[in-house]
Amino acid sequence: MGAVDLDIAGTEPQTRAGRIARALGRGPLHVFLILIALFWMTPTFGLLVTSFRRVADASRTGWWTAISEPRQLTLDPYRQILENDNIVRGLLNTLYITVPSVLLVVFLAALAAYAFAWIDFKGRDALFVFVIMLLVVPLQMALIPAARLFGDIGIFGTTWAAIAFHVAFGLPFAIFLLRNFFIGIPHELLEAARIDGASEWQIFSRIILPLGMPAIASLLIFQFLWVWNDLLVGLVFTAGEASPITVVIREQMRQFGSNLDVIAPGAFLSMIVPLIVFFAFQRYFVQGLLAGSVK
Amino acid sequence: MGKAPVQVPSDRPPPEKARSDAAVGAPRKKRRADAPPGGSKRWMAGAFLAPAALLLGALVVYPTIDTIAQSFQANQAGYPWQRDFVGFEHYQAMFSNQRILTAIKNNAIWVATAPAIITGLGLMFALLTERVRYSTAVKVVVFMPMAISFLATGVIWRLMYEEDRQRGLINATLGAAADAVSGPGPYAGANVLPQSGLEPADGGGFATTESVEAGGVARLALTAILEEEVPEEATQAQEPEVGPNEVGAVVWRDFKPGGGEVGVVEQDELGLPAAEVQLIDANGDVVATEQSESDGTVVFEEVEGGPFTLRLAPSNFATGFAGVSWLGPSLATPAIIGAFCWMWAGFAVVVIGAGLAALPRDVLEAARVDGANEWQTFRHVTLPLLAPVLGVVFVTLLINVLKIFDIVYVMALGAVQNEANVIALEMYRTAFGATDFGAGSAIAVLLFILVVPVMVLNIKRFRRDV
Repeated sequence: MGAVDLDIAGTEPQTRAGRIARALGRGPLHVFLILIALFWMTPTFGLLVTSFRRVADASRTGWWTAISEPRQLTLDPYRQILENDNIVRGLLNTLYITVPSVLLVVFLAALAAYAFAWIDFKGRDALFVFVIMLLVVPLQMALIPAARLFGDIGIFGTTWAAIAFHVAFGLPFAIFLLRNFFIGIPHELLEAARIDGASEWQIFSRIILPLGMPAIASLLIFQFLWVWNDLLVGLVFTAGEASPITVVIREQMRQFGSNLDVIAPGAFLSMIVPLIVFFAFQRYFVQGLLAGSVK
Repeated sequence: MGKAPVQVPSDRPPPEKARSDAAVGAPRKKRRADAPPGGSKRWMAGAFLAPAALLLGALVVYPTIDTIAQSFQANQAGYPWQRDFVGFEHYQAMFSNQRILTAIKNNAIWVATAPAIITGLGLMFALLTERVRYSTAVKVVVFMPMAISFLATGVIWRLMYEEDRQRGLINATLGAAADAVSGPGPYAGANVLPQSGLEPADGGGFATTESVEAGGVARLALTAILEEEVPEEATQAQEPEVGPNEVGAVVWRDFKPGGGEVGVVEQDELGLPAAEVQLIDANGDVVATEQSESDGTVVFEEVEGGPFTLRLAPSNFATGFAGVSWLGPSLATPAIIGAFCWMWAGFAVVVIGAGLAALPRDVLEAARVDGANEWQTFRHVTLPLLAPVLGVVFVTLLINVLKIFDIVYVMALGAVQNEANVIALEMYRTAFGATDFGAGSAIAVLLFILVVPVMVLNIKRFRRDV
């Protein structure tokens, strides 16, 4: 987040007294910002603590009592859910759905974006406008016919149905993002390659893909989080043993209190992967967000 | 390959820049003129586009058209081939269906509140964090919820919103604040028996049915107090001995194993300490207030004349803060919107923060040199320059809020779903709960129509940039 924390030049008071006065004057600002940060962290921290408590404790007292009474904390809930086939299968299904959908979206969108950016063909702009139109089409518009289609070809209820649907609905945004990036690649590079007799595929794989890496990375992160965190697509297109973790946990929520020892650690496990991705690739995530605030 | 001189996200542009990259049309035009003529281009483009086109056609375009068609057809589970044309029937039914009307009303509440609140919060946090060195840390903390699922957010906030103040942090906090103002009485839930000589008083509490003169003693018998609710310091109840200028009373738990006699202080019946007893004169004015001792006795000294009534003050029976039912029928929508704001504020902070960082420094400097104060600079320079970024944030949130589904589905359970309903949730319930595909399609089309203005906006933006 580099550039953002630059201070506006010239506003720093030069004398020591001035700096101290300024620091004191900012007391309320610091207090306020720290309170904000605490307020934003507390709910997640509450889930983390809850995930280490027994249902018996959680049904009587709040999670904050465990801070002064750390004996309440136990690894048992995690031990239990790692032996819970439903949860483990759910996490694996989420992985099985996420990885192929993300890779496919990026690859197919890169192909299409290359055509939109660098191959001249009649009706190109009109077709791209059509892609932009598809950007905001709600998932709900496709759920029923897609479910029937998947039923007809026999993949309804499987992870394949979720993958296909995620790829299709990920494409408009992915094409939009990559095309806007690819078009900024200096055309001299492509001209030179064309004059040297490189094929379109060679240009795509040797020039566009490597140069497009920053945008592709953003897209990967963005799409990864989107698919990993999905609930609706999993809910509609997968069933039983193919359901992702979000659907499995939602089913447990009917008895929120008594299933808390499954729900809390399950929810936390489902959060760990996106949080790692988020912290490791924050920069790319923010870039994707900035480039694509239209979806 | 080295560092590519590319423009879009490599150096974190503000949204403006990202979009305007579509405008790098100049080199393209030039290339277009140079490009060798021939039909192979078209064939080549087709090859690159085909896989994406196939998927988009099969799973986005065709289904969208089919959904529109189905919204005019009767189509229920079990009769997949009987798709009879029914005209606008589903649409007409939609606007007389209470559940859908509630959903539309709630969606309107979402649209009217969440985008504005989040954009406002984002602007405020972005402006404030810009002034401190640890801005990145604050931003990361606020932004973190963006990485997690609506489901996780739902679980996290169900814990926060728990109605029982022993378990929900928000109600625990509110409860502590309420207790600080006026706590619960020691004998909440206590009651009196008909023959005990006490009756519910006007304005709460219990008053004696018969009056007492100076030198008299009143028996204030309470029941329906559990053994564990009796304070530990309580001892055997007894009637106080009073002088001629005193009025006495005993407050006790008129119950012992086996029952005992109503209105009579007996062995094994405990006095109730710390009960507030009021002495009320014939005019109904409170002339004295005393607290009972551990044996339940109360003595009002230096009392003359009479008659008096004795009253157990209402504060003894105050139930205290019960816990707000945040996810109950009446508050669910605002409560869920609150969780959504927690989740999305970081998005607004980061995007607006990037917009702030990209503002032209010289313009801000010029305003300061001209003597504008902080507020004037913000109001007349920063805000207008930032308006496009705020617009992008607002519209992004608007679309997300229109299509809101997951968080409501996770946080509003059971019967509350009817009260906190939103359009996307109702579509899911109609199509996949009630398996009425025709009516479900009509609701989807309603959702689609609502996002069309944003679609038009996006196209206009693109055309302007090209």
